[in-house]
Amino acid sequence: MNYPYWVAVFLLMLGLYVMVAQRNLLKKLVGMNIFQTAIILFFLLLSVKRHATLPIVPGTVGDVRGFMNPLPHALMLTAIVVMVATTGVALAILIRLHTAYGSLEERVIAERLSAPPGPAAGPEAGR
Amino acid sequence: MIEAASALPGWALLPAGAAVPLIVVWRRRPVLRDSASVAAAAAQTALVAVMVPSVLAGGVLVCRPLPLVPGVPLLLRADPFGILFALVASALWLVTTVYSIGYTRALQERAQTRYFAAFALSLFATVGVALAGNLLTFFVFYELLTIATYPLVIHRGTAEAARAGRLYLAYTLTGGAVLLGAVAWTRVLAGRLDFQPGGILPEAAGVATLQMLFGLFVLGLGVKAAVVPLHSWLPVAMVAPTPVSALLHAVAVVKAGVFGLVRVVGFVFGPSLTRDVGAGTALAILAAVTILVGSLAALAQDNLKRLLAFSTVSQLSYILLGVALGSQDSMLGGVFHMASHAVLKISLFFCAGAVYATAHLERVSELGGIGRRMPVTMGAFALSALMLTGLPPGVAFVSKWRLLSGAAEVQAWPAIAVLLASGLLGIGYFVPIVVRAFTGPASGPVAEARPALLVPILLTTGAGLLLGLAPDAVGHLLSLAQAAVAGVAEPR
Amino acid sequence: MRAHLPILPVLLSLAGALLLPLVGLATRRAAWSLAVASAGAATLAAAAGLVDVLVRGTQRYPVGGWPPPWGIELVLDPLSAFMATSVSGVSTLALLGAGAGVAAGVGAPVFYALALIALTGFLGMIASGDLFNVFVFLEIASISSYALVASGGGAALVAGFRYVVLGTVGASFYLLGVGLLYALTGTLNMADLAARLPAVADSPLFVGGVAFVVIGLAIKMGLFPLHGWLPDAYTYAPNAVSTLLAPVGTKAAAYALARTLLYVLRPEGLPVNATVAWAGGAAVLAGGVMAARQVDSRRLLAYSSVSQLGYIALGLGLANAPALAGAYFHVLNHALMKAALFMVVGAAGLQGRGPALRTLGLGPAMPVTTVCAVVAALSMVGVPPVGGFFSKWYLLQGAIEAGQPLLAAVVLVGTLLALVYMYRLTESVWFPAPAGRGAAPEAPAPVLVALLLLTVAMVAAGLANAPIVTRILAPAAAR
Repeated sequence: MNYPYWVAVFLLMLGLYVMVAQRNLLKKLVGMNIFQTAIILFFLLLSVKRHATLPIVPGTVGDVRGFMNPLPHALMLTAIVVMVATTGVALAILIRLHTAYGSLEERVIAERLSAPPGPAAGPEAGR
Repeated sequence: MIEAASALPGWALLPAGAAVPLIVVWRRRPVLRDSASVAAAAAQTALVAVMVPSVLAGGVLVCRPLPLVPGVPLLLRADPFGILFALVASALWLVTTVYSIGYTRALQERAQTRYFAAFALSLFATVGVALAGNLLTFFVFYELLTIATYPLVIHRGTAEAARAGRLYLAYTLTGGAVLLGAVAWTRVLAGRLDFQPGGILPEAAGVATLQMLFGLFVLGLGVKAAVVPLHSWLPVAMVAPTPVSALLHAVAVVKAGVFGLVRVVGFVFGPSLTRDVGAGTALAILAAVTILVGSLAALAQDNLKRLLAFSTVSQLSYILLGVALGSQDSMLGGVFHMASHAVLKISLFFCAGAVYATAHLERVSELGGIGRRMPVTMGAFALSALMLTGLPPGVAFVSKWRLLSGAAEVQAWPAIAVLLASGLLGIGYFVPIVVRAFTGPASGPVAEARPALLVPILLTTGAGLLLGLAPDAVGHLLSLAQAAVAGVAEPR
Repeated sequence: MRAHLPILPVLLSLAGALLLPLVGLATRRAAWSLAVASAGAATLAAAAGLVDVLVRGTQRYPVGGWPPPWGIELVLDPLSAFMATSVSGVSTLALLGAGAGVAAGVGAPVFYALALIALTGFLGMIASGDLFNVFVFLEIASISSYALVASGGGAALVAGFRYVVLGTVGASFYLLGVGLLYALTGTLNMADLAARLPAVADSPLFVGGVAFVVIGLAIKMGLFPLHGWLPDAYTYAPNAVSTLLAPVGTKAAAYALARTLLYVLRPEGLPVNATVAWAGGAAVLAGGVMAARQVDSRRLLAYSSVSQLGYIALGLGLANAPALAGAYFHVLNHALMKAALFMVVGAAGLQGRGPALRTLGLGPAMPVTTVCAVVAALSMVGVPPVGGFFSKWYLLQGAIEAGQPLLAAVVLVGTLLALVYMYRLTESVWFPAPAGRGAAPEAPAPVLVALLLLTVAMVAAGLANAPIVTRILAPAAAR
């Protein structure tokens, strides 16, 4: 049956839930990763065939029906790179936030933001 | 009507348009700057006047400088109605500029460059409105008129002026948005936007649709035309300097709204379609209500300019009533009233401004004995006021008589009653001012207004009298009006 | 060279981005010059592409020589060339005016590099003829945008993080939708997909694909009610960033939505077009009302962007020829207006004024800046003959022709709301700030040049709208 697809859907929902419900920014980020991974998983599931092997050609190609669909794999390599880059940027922002406000809890940061100016919020790239 | 291509309508726009940058450039040299205004006004009047003979002979001068949107060019079209409006506005601009120079010098007004530049831009827009050949061109110049007159409304820089400016923009730009909707809808219904005698809208569009469209036009244009209940901005805008109130809010801006409504009735819908969908009756009722409300409100005013503003509200709807009634004479009376009201109301405003500039009085209650101090000014005021109420041999009698006979022609007895009542009310609010001015002790020695103010007053009052005796004497105004009406009644 | 025109804008801005760290080692000014030069070169290439496509017709460019539908292709047709020119042109002017505001030292080359990468992403999205390629460039643009927004520090960090999360959700939804469509048809090429989809349009995969793609792009576009990341991001980001992103970023996503929805997916049986149109209408009203209530000029402009994007969505949803022409034309007009307005706020900021409306006043000492602000405001309100009027005109025509008087009324009410908030902004720009501040000297020369060019472009777009619509936009809309 389509159990693998259900797993992908479950992970998608889990990721969304975490992004929405968690109050800690790092946990939101983890949820985002789960969400993105679910989509990657979904794509990869599209490429699966019965009695097929990984789409890596050792020498000559032979019968293509023995290989899985390579296109989703190629696409998902790109998507993984995107995911990594996005996570990198998000983590950099979180590090700056933690340095400035000492916490990664949404509520705490909001309080400290609206409080009178405290420690320097990091070099500004311009007003 | 024979259409002939000509660059003259475009040339007529040029003087005012060129004056704006010149005024700004010469801002530190008042003599040059003010001469630019006078020269532009004279040139514009001359150029418009040049077009009068060919327009009267049945020709229509058409000029298409550039496309606005695909299928709709920026179209300038000089027909009798447009030339009438343009001629009145331009000639009165010339007079007002002389008056303005005197007025601003007398009061040491601030920001004179901005004042004269905005004035020139407003007249550029007014001539554009008058000579517009299609609804989109009309709309472009109509909105430009709003923008150009705004700096004049807020000129004094006081909090009251700022408030008046906000109200002015709110009303006029909202009306503009509604007008835009009406214009866009017309494009979809008729496939075209140009003004044609007899209208461009197809009957097949359906009565309900056409009624709604007409309603939108009334809402959109009715703001500038000061139709009740969209008129509230006009008394508030009296906070502007008097020459602004005189030319713009008695002649240019408000007449642009009325002009637009007459264009819609005559050249977009067409008189027969207007009658068929009941729009004529609706407009007539609206006009009648406005006439009465305006006259009654004027009775209650103490501030002289606000009184004149409400009188304007009332008088503008004379034009609308005449056009709405649909008979040849009533339309002629209405169209001619554009000229007669303009001349007389400007005269009255000039007098009010002269009193303010010389004696620093604004309220009717303070005017006791002013007639003895400023006999020429108040004499002209008295004469213009009586002429405005419709008494012969004033120029307003020419329009009012035709309005009444036209109303009788279609047996519109309520309209006759309204017109007569308004005349009586006019006597009711003008005569006490005149009486008070000439009775009561003189509060000071005879100190007339300076010549730069007096000469325009005498000119306009004299014109009111002259045109009453011989309506065609200056600029063939009556002939233009007659040609305008005849053009509209032509079959499609 | 001519054959490579479709890819040239992308390559030029990417080259600039890659060279910047090296050049930036020299001086800040060198970084700025290279950024402007690179963006300017991309603009010229895009304009050349526009001329070329008007002369020769649509160009298809297979990247690397691999033929579609297996290879990735770039498509240069009148619409994409127009969008590319608009986006790169406005970005060049935004970068031109950004120089003064960007701090010296480490900040400068990084800012410019990120800005050029973002521009690469936008141009790639516009040129792409393949759905997955759109995703790649979308993320290239988005990731650099996230970093640019967050570079402001303080509240910008929180806004930037929120932008990351929401933007990723949007991009991932888009990717999921593309996946569903791929599962259905086996191809990612736009033309191929458009040919194959009608046969399988009643499959639930199609419905799912359309839904996810549209929602994903709507999030990226900032279409109400999925606009949550936008107000904070444009408010707290450094002014140079807002000037660059606000006019251009959401438009690229809007273009992607237009392309995908109207040329590829064309969901006849689903109420997608109506939903987009009504969401646009709601955006116009909600954004306008919110903008009218703001006291911070940047947040006012952010909500104004939500409102103006609603116009574009409204036109896309109506999908008839005049409405589409109006929507595409509004992309250009809004980009010009928003860039000019953010630049004015930035110029005020350079003199220590603003961003609160109360303290924004420039007074008579900055006449050029103030005049440009007034022209931009008139365009926003839709006063002829400035460009903004004409996009509203076409949208009105489209709404009336489609028999949607309510949407036509929304367009007009939106004009009135724009009047309210633009009046407040213009009033606070015009009148001098409260006592205690001297008259401000005029903004620095590059900012003035950029502002003047934007203003001239606004008026020129208005005056030239007839040829633009007939030669470029109407043929694109008719397809």
